[in-house]
Amino acid sequence: MTNNDQNNNPTNSGDIHITEDDVRHVAKLSRLKLSDDDLHHFTDQLGAVLAYVSKLNELDVDGVEPMAHPMDVTNVFRRDEPESLYTADQMLASAPDAHPPFYKVTKVLDDGSGA
Amino acid sequence: MTTIHAETFEVNPDYPKLRTRLVVGLEIHVELATRSKMWTSAPNVAHRDRFDAEPNSLIDPVVAGMPGTLPVINEQALEMSIRVGLALGCHINQFTKWDRKSYYYPDLPKNYQISQYDLPVCGDGALDIPVSGEGEGKLLDGAMKRIGIVRAHLEEDAGKLLHEAPAGGAGGVGGVGGDGEYVGGDFTIVDLNRAGTPLLEIVTQPDFSTPDEVVMFGQVLRQICRHLGVSEGIMQKGHMRFEPNINVVIDKDGELFKTPIVEIKNLNSFKAVHGAITHEYRRQVDEWVKTGVVMGARAKSTRGWDDVKLVTTHQRHKEDADEYRYFPDPDLVPAVISDEWIARLQAGLPELPLAKEKRYCGELGLDGKVVDALLDDPRLTAFFEEVLETGAKPQSAAAVLLNYGAKRANELGVSIAEVGASAEQVRDIIALADADKVGSSAADKLFGYCCESDEPAEKLAEQHGLLQVSDTGALEGYIDEVLANPKMAKAVEDIRGGKDKAIGALMGQVMRLSGGSANPKVVTEMIKKKILG
Repeated sequence: MTNNDQNNNPTNSGDIHITEDDVRHVAKLSRLKLSDDDLHHFTDQLGAVLAYVSKLNELDVDGVEPMAHPMDVTNVFRRDEPESLYTADQMLASAPDAHPPFYKVTKVLDDGSGA
Repeated sequence: MTTIHAETFEVNPDYPKLRTRLVVGLEIHVELATRSKMWTSAPNVAHRDRFDAEPNSLIDPVVAGMPGTLPVINEQALEMSIRVGLALGCHINQFTKWDRKSYYYPDLPKNYQISQYDLPVCGDGALDIPVSGEGEGKLLDGAMKRIGIVRAHLEEDAGKLLHEAPAGGAGGVGGVGGDGEYVGGDFTIVDLNRAGTPLLEIVTQPDFSTPDEVVMFGQVLRQICRHLGVSEGIMQKGHMRFEPNINVVIDKDGELFKTPIVEIKNLNSFKAVHGAITHEYRRQVDEWVKTGVVMGARAKSTRGWDDVKLVTTHQRHKEDADEYRYFPDPDLVPAVISDEWIARLQAGLPELPLAKEKRYCGELGLDGKVVDALLDDPRLTAFFEEVLETGAKPQSAAAVLLNYGAKRANELGVSIAEVGASAEQVRDIIALADADKVGSSAADKLFGYCCESDEPAEKLAEQHGLLQVSDTGALEGYIDEVLANPKMAKAVEDIRGGKDKAIGALMGQVMRLSGGSANPKVVTEMIKKKILG
């Protein structure tokens, strides 16, 4: 959350506040368009969820390693063997829109790639 | 060897009252040349078998982000990343994991990129690069500069967007712009062939203080990756893409000011890297003189490079790191890299290009240009060393490969190592030439026959009549015939008068009669003896 950094502190067992600004910001990042009513509604709901989860903040986690994965499994790999299982036509057939041999999407103006 | 430190200010050429220092750090994306993609078995467009793949022919439901699909780590991509890390002296994180970086853009249909956030496979390291001296022998005694490596993490590349023309034209076919993009249209088209290609992102410390150093680092890194066999390193194909982070420290009357950091996105040529940094250095100083704005709380802004106008241009704000909402990818379990695994990969590392360059110039006594040519193609480098192992002399081996070999390689569009001649055949061609059994044009032809046959070189030389005739008995007939030719009388007179050059005219005739097989040295001796006694 942009303006509630102290809530990310796991040793803080206090209340978690989420503001409408936070929800608006997260909605924007997720490309969701919310009305003012939606904003009220989700701010309340998300606040309740976070308050419930904040119970975990009461735990003493000093000296506990952060968990990377709930399963105690590591090193699941694939061998580097290529397979061509699908044609472009087959793949495009399950797309919402196509301009063969390309996917077709709403016009994108700027470079929003995060990669 | 001297080490140069970056902490040097220069009098700014545009503003003589200011002393300025350029500070650059670099992010480099390297597409790994595995055979299959990072998370699935669909073929990888960065592998040379797939360079010419049709759009969207290298994809499957995992690449397209279909519901229910699950990624599985390509072990080869992980090993390649560790090998690059070891070559850069990086600490290998023996517990490494993958995280989701959320962003919404049609180049990655999952709506997140699988990347590594806090536990990248490679931690801190360093690479020493040459920073002074030009041309041959520059590495033997030139100054080196150490560039710190912050980390290298293994992630996936994104697809490519193309901007299609409106459907008004025939079938909506748009024009293609200079950089391969469709121009002017009301929709965008997507090719996902590149999506999911294993991508190693290497991040350096801000240790560069000139554009030249950045370019040198890029070139050295490219050579390392190519010689490790982890990337083809073809810049035009985007196998390596550079993102410099640039700012300037300004010393005005002893007071220091730092300009805000600017990141230049996606540069895929060394010319663009050099141009963008050079331009940005001037622009930031200009901007500071005009506005006085210094580095603030906001981390950095992003600019692009205009290859035509040669300027950097503002790009819209992108998400900050916390806005990508990184979290551990629950679909992937972490990797634990054992000491034994690291040791095995370390033992398998080849001699690195800078060390090779030094050894070739020093120990092997090869000319700088020859060394550059041998190292420019890692397959050739390996083949050259294979030829040396057969006992051939380095100079001769290099000459045969870079002359006779290069000619065929150019014709066939393949590496010199792939024209078809074996290391033993190359050794034997050299031996035949050294023993005067084949002349240089015959050696060239013989190399050609070796490309097409596995027979020993000497046998091929015999079969194709390429062996030089050094037998005086056999040559005598030709020489007598030429000397008896009235047209040669002038040349004979000249030779008698001491003009040795005139032998050339007679030699040409002897060669013609012998079908090119006469040994020129023996013929010269015999002609002199016959005329001068």
